[in-house]
Formats: sequence, structure tokens, C-alpha cells
Amino acid sequence: MTRVHVMHANSNRDQKVAGVSELDLRIKSNEPVNGEYRKLVLDAPVELLERCHAGQFFHLLCPHIGGEAPYLRRPMSIYGFYPELGELHFLYKVTGEGTRALGFLEEGGTLNVLGPLGKPFAIEANWNHLVLLARGVGLATLAPLALEARRLNKRMTVICSARSPELLMSVDYFKDLGARVITVTDSEGTSATSNLETIIEGLIADDGVDAFYTCGSNRMLKLLQQLGRRHDVPGQIALEQQMACGLGMCYCCVRPFQKNDKVVQLRVCREGPVFDIQEAMTW
Amino acid sequence: MVDLSVNIAGLKLKNPIMPASGTFSEDLADVFDLDKLGAHVTKTITKGWRDGNPTPRVCEVGGSMLNSIGIPSKGSRYFLDNVVPFYQAYKTPLVVSISGNTADEFAALCSEVSVDGVEAIEVNISCPNIEEDGKAFAIRPSSTYEVMRKLRKATKLPLWAKLTPNTGETPDVARAAEEGGADALVVANTVLSMAIDIRSRRPKLGNLLGGLSGPSIKPITLRMAYQCAKATNIPVIGCGGISTVEDVIEYLMVGASAVQVGTATFINPTVMVSIIDDLKKYLTAEGISSVRDLIGTIIDEEQEDRVVFMEAAP
Repeated sequence: MTRVHVMHANSNRDQKVAGVSELDLRIKSNEPVNGEYRKLVLDAPVELLERCHAGQFFHLLCPHIGGEAPYLRRPMSIYGFYPELGELHFLYKVTGEGTRALGFLEEGGTLNVLGPLGKPFAIEANWNHLVLLARGVGLATLAPLALEARRLNKRMTVICSARSPELLMSVDYFKDLGARVITVTDSEGTSATSNLETIIEGLIADDGVDAFYTCGSNRMLKLLQQLGRRHDVPGQIALEQQMACGLGMCYCCVRPFQKNDKVVQLRVCREGPVFDIQEAMTW
Repeated sequence: MVDLSVNIAGLKLKNPIMPASGTFSEDLADVFDLDKLGAHVTKTITKGWRDGNPTPRVCEVGGSMLNSIGIPSKGSRYFLDNVVPFYQAYKTPLVVSISGNTADEFAALCSEVSVDGVEAIEVNISCPNIEEDGKAFAIRPSSTYEVMRKLRKATKLPLWAKLTPNTGETPDVARAAEEGGADALVVANTVLSMAIDIRSRRPKLGNLLGGLSGPSIKPITLRMAYQCAKATNIPVIGCGGISTVEDVIEYLMVGASAVQVGTATFINPTVMVSIIDDLKKYLTAEGISSVRDLIGTIIDEEQEDRVVFMEAAP
């Protein structure tokens, strides 16, 4: 594979350092973390990791192994990036051909990645208490945001949702970063929107919330939009869509957004994947 | 030193490798130096704003891709004010792809985009999404001739007609385009297709039908490139399923003067750069001094007339 790294020639992206690399990275490990999810750890050059930001993604060229032959690349949000360790992490659930193929990757092999891509989460300087809300693998996308918030010394409350307690993701990860973690599950009957609303209203009443962050769920988006409007709390959401190129050329990955009085189609890969929570439209 | 340059109806290209419309944009400048390419071909633009089709707009099928994007366009004004100036920073010729719902609208746009900085116009008379019921001008020789005649009157720039595989009359459509005033033929666009999610019983694309691209269509579009090269006297630009230098050489051998690489860029964004390097290596290794010496070198002998006019399987 060709190795390329050319700076943006004409970029309007708001990033400290921008640029897209295509690299073959060595696999350090690829282990299950629970019954449903696996964590992929890649050896990555520091200069690549230093260009990564929370909310961005890589476009992965999933291998043709184990009888799987995925054709297009698969976009996957960054789970963790650690320049000090030289590691790039992804968390994934095996659901289709691409992720099944990823599941066959073994230590010592390589994976071709294209990235970092997309617009990252933003944390404004005057935001002190951040609330992160996600369910299942959506928490993977918020994990590097928590890391960044920790580096910026922000207070965090992370609300983790799952079908059952044993499927809760990344609770210790968020705790280790100093976050207050609240878990809700379907099996305990605590994950309903009404309960989430009570919990978040409580957080706002107790010591105020400066920003909401979420990923993936329609139900959670709707709730945070309502709470955001009610209490004037800004928020951001990371969204997904089927992609082809990942770079902005093909316009496959659009979603509708409410911009002022108009509905506009924006590319998740280029204008996103992180969007303003009030502009995002439920689906 | 091998010579990679080719001439497409008076437009000299430093190499025969260019992107296929819809798989290329300014965004690719993030990944490599766009001046390495033989030409720049824009995504199809229309006169006015188009939102494009409902999602999902893409799915993969057996090692190829099915898409129904529906030509989202910011319109001609945006194109002239923003896109043309972007490409003026490069020495590589800019080819603008355009389309219209009617021949008159199409011709008006053709005239409007005939500006400094645009070196040729690719007329997308073949997109399976843009016309109602998936009907495109290039399905029939008569509608091809009519629209090409109007487009020809609208510009002095070279006109490249992009043909469709969704016709049973390839050589006739190719000749109609030539007679209507096309300077070159781009062969070809995607193949009208569909795919179903058997669990939901719904089509996998929001627009129900879409265009198939990628390696699986290469035998079809290669056959068409061969037929078009035989049927006309204008240059053919091969397009369809190209991802390696061997694919390029096949197209050149059947008579294409240049090629467009599309879907393969989505898998490997630097594939066109690799193909250019590989083409140099191939010519050097074969002791061929110019890429032009490969064009039309297929050994087809007395079979040719029969095959050119064959549309159905024997």
C-alpha cells in the first residue's frame, strides 16, 4: 500500500493539524471485551496519533479472510488514541461481513487504515460540567471524548445504558478518568427515557450542566434536544451513515439537518460525524 | 523514459488516467497531489440545486457497489464561483460533467459552463437516476442524436458523451453520439441494478434501483468500449471496474485512448497514482516507448465484424 500524508490543500476544517494518512498498521491485539464486543489495538506512529481527535473516525480496509470478502471500507470511530503508547484503539461489535472479517485479525498482522477523518467533538473553554449519554457501542465513540475532557480537567458525568448489567460497556474506563458514572439497563427497568430525563434533570438542578454529548440513539437524541431547549444547554451528537469513500467525494453518507428554517443534507464523513444536537434530526 | 501522454480530440493529457465522475472532488486533495492525474473530472452538476435521492444511497453486492446518489448538485453558480477556481491552482485539465432533465436545459447549462478554466465537457446522457423511470438519453440512438446536436451548438469546447450500458444498441448509440457532434465517448456509466434485504423485504437502496459499479461490470463496459471503438472514429475513454494497471491495458487494447477510474478510489484513495506508476513500469518492462502504441492492438482478426454488431449472447 502507498503511504501518503499530504496536508489539506484547501480545508475549512477546524483542526489544529489536519491531514489524511493511508497506512498499514500492525495489530497488537484483537480480544473480546465481553460477550458482544471486541477491542482492536493497533501500533500507530506518534505523528498520526497526534492528529487524532475525539469523535473522528478511520475508514478501515477490512481483510478478506475467514470466507469474508467485504468490498468497501468500513468507517469506525476512534475508541482511544495514545501517542505516549503509540496505540490506536477501536471497539466493535461483530454484526456484518466487515466486522466479522475484523474479528479474524491476529496479533502481528496488519490492517490498512485511512484517517483520521471527520469533524471532532468540541469542548468549549467555559464548559465545566459535561454530560455524556450513550448506549452500547455508542459509548465507544464517547470514550476518547472522556479522555480529552480529563486532559482538559473537566468534570464529567457519564450515563451508560445497556440491555443488561453484564453488557454495560467501559464503566471502569470512565471511572478511571474521574467521571461520575450512572448505569441504566433494560433488565433492571432503569433505561427508559422518563428515567433518563429524571436523572439528567437532577444533574442540572444539583450543579448545572454545560454541555451534552451523545451518539447513535434516536431516543436519546430526542430527549437531549428537549432538555437542551428547556435549559439552554448546548450539545453535540456523533452520527452514523452507510459510507463509500469516507472523504466527501461520493455523497453517499448524507443525513438531513435543520439549519434555520431549512432542511439540508450534510455528509456524515465530511461535515460530521459530530453535529450540533439541535440541528440533528430524529429518524 | 516512456511517454504516457495521449490526445483526446485535441486535448493533450500527460497520462491516460483520470477519475470517473462522481468518485472525485476537491476533497481528494487531502490525500495526494491532484496534478499527478491526466485530467480532473467533476461530479455531475445540474443547472439548479438538487438534494439527491433518499438514503441509503449505497450498498455493496458481491465485491462491487450499488449506488443511487441522485446527483445532488449545488447548481451552476456555485460551480463557477467555487469549483472552477479551486482547480485553476492545478495544471491538469478540468473536465466538467453536466446533466439536465431536458435537452434544452442541458444545452443551456453546457453553454453556461463553457468558461476559461474548463477544457472539456463530459455530458452525462446516461445516468440511470436523473430521468424519470431511469430512462436516459443514451438508451436510444434517436434521443442521443437529438440531445448531442443541441449540446454541440451550445459550446466550442470538446464534448465527451458518457454512454450507458443500459441499452441494447451500443454501436448505434455510439454512432448517433458521433453524428450528433460528440468529440469523444466515455464508455460507460453504471449498470441499472437492485438489491433486496431479505429480512425486511425492502430494497437495499432508498431509491429502489441504482447503478452497479466496480470489478463486476468490467467485462460489460470493456465489451462496450470495444464496440464503440469499432463503430466510430472518435476517441473512446474506457470506464468501468478498473482497479489495476492490467484493467487499463485491456481497455487500451480494445481501442480506448484513456481510462477513468471510479469505485476503486473508494477502496484505495491513491489507486490512480499507483496505476500511473504501474503503467510506466509495464511499458518499460515491455519495451514500449509510448502508451499510444497499445491503443487498439487487440488481435481480433476476422471475428471483429460479427462481434461488434452482436448485442445478445450467441
